[in-house]
Amino acid sequence: MMTFTVWDILRNLLLAARWTVLLSLVSFLGGGLLGLALLFLRIGKRRAGRLFVQGYVELFQGTPLLMQLFLAFFGLGLFGIDVPAWLAAGLALILWTAAFLVEIWRGCVESVTRGQWEASASLGMGYVQQMRYVILPQAVRVAIPPTVGFSVQVVKGTALTSIIGFVELSKAGTVVTNATFQPFTVYGLVALIYFALCWPLSKSSQILERKFNVAHRHH
Amino acid sequence: MSLIAITEVKKRFGDVEVLKGINLDVERGEVIAIIGKSGSGKSTLLRCVNGLEMIDDGSIMVAGAQLIPDELHLKALRLKVGMIFQQFNLFPHLSAGRNVMLSQMVVKKTPAAEAEAMARRMLDRVGLSHKFDAFPDQLSGGQQQRVAIARALAMQPMALLCDEITSALDPELVNEVLAVVKELAADGMTLMMVTHEMRFAREVCDRVVFMHQGRVHEIGPPEEVFGSPRTPELQQFLGAQLVA
Repeated sequence: MMTFTVWDILRNLLLAARWTVLLSLVSFLGGGLLGLALLFLRIGKRRAGRLFVQGYVELFQGTPLLMQLFLAFFGLGLFGIDVPAWLAAGLALILWTAAFLVEIWRGCVESVTRGQWEASASLGMGYVQQMRYVILPQAVRVAIPPTVGFSVQVVKGTALTSIIGFVELSKAGTVVTNATFQPFTVYGLVALIYFALCWPLSKSSQILERKFNVAHRHH
Repeated sequence: MSLIAITEVKKRFGDVEVLKGINLDVERGEVIAIIGKSGSGKSTLLRCVNGLEMIDDGSIMVAGAQLIPDELHLKALRLKVGMIFQQFNLFPHLSAGRNVMLSQMVVKKTPAAEAEAMARRMLDRVGLSHKFDAFPDQLSGGQQQRVAIARALAMQPMALLCDEITSALDPELVNEVLAVVKELAADGMTLMMVTHEMRFAREVCDRVVFMHQGRVHEIGPPEEVFGSPRTPELQQFLGAQLVA
């Protein structure tokens, strides 16, 4: 029987953690871009756009991420489209991330007071100018801490993709456990690696929040 | 022709008719005070004049620009009338100077250097040239309101609408703002102001409009309106003001 050192286990887990990091980045950036597009529909003047995004958000926030992963993985297969695990994982996470970010950001835009809209309108600015120069600069400042905070949820959300066979950190943990029969060591290390990824994010969210609260005047 | 022509203006919020046919012509250089109880429609009337509220009937013209609810017409109207708000509404993420520069650059496409020169002149006019780089939350309420006045003036409007501009200020800061308004009036700026400062209205205004239940109830020079009010409603309103 082979013996595995802790270093053997850790090395393999770290190799797989690269995929967790990559999937997190793709989900967060893709979800952010999609979320931004949806945001403008959500706060726009067209009723159809607002209703569409509202429905979208309710759908994705009202069902478990795991079901969304299953649907992306098996559902598209029903139409004869062969979906590799990485594609289904990335797609589902992007859609899921966007649904949460758009709601976070909508709240931030709406937190800018009515008076700001009225003052900029009374100076002759149009909707796009108001958004670009007055409303969004203020909303972004409010949005940064909760957005960074939400990225922690994205990192942890990637763990679910192990179930559809995407080999990231959690899946690698299962594989390594099956080879080593040391579940406690392996999953302990897996948890530590997740913590090492998430803790700096939530910490920086806290720091950013404090910074923008105290000194939000200084640009 | 009058600078501001308000003709048969009606406005309702849901079932409540807040303006029931307002007629008011304001001449160039005139200073008008609008007084009345809260809920009499005075703020709503002012907000209609630069299109922050849309009217249901009648018409509003400012120097040839008509109140029509689309972005192009609203912009043309708003370039003719500036507005000052009770809550100042400075842009908190910009310095005082940038507050005054922004709309010049964005709306009028004025080059930055020119906009800055104008901003410095306007801040100087309200006595705040030394606060160009200060952010709104580093300024007192009175200073913020003066920056807001400078910001409106920088767009070179033909008239200014003042919506209870001293009501959110501590008593000791009211006078510095009123002094600026007084100077504007002396310089010939056309002003329509909703105000609770009766003494100021009496001193500075050419005409006083008393609004009651969505109508212009009495109108006339301040000596008349304050000196010999004709209707019991105005007498009661002025009486209440004296006691308060």
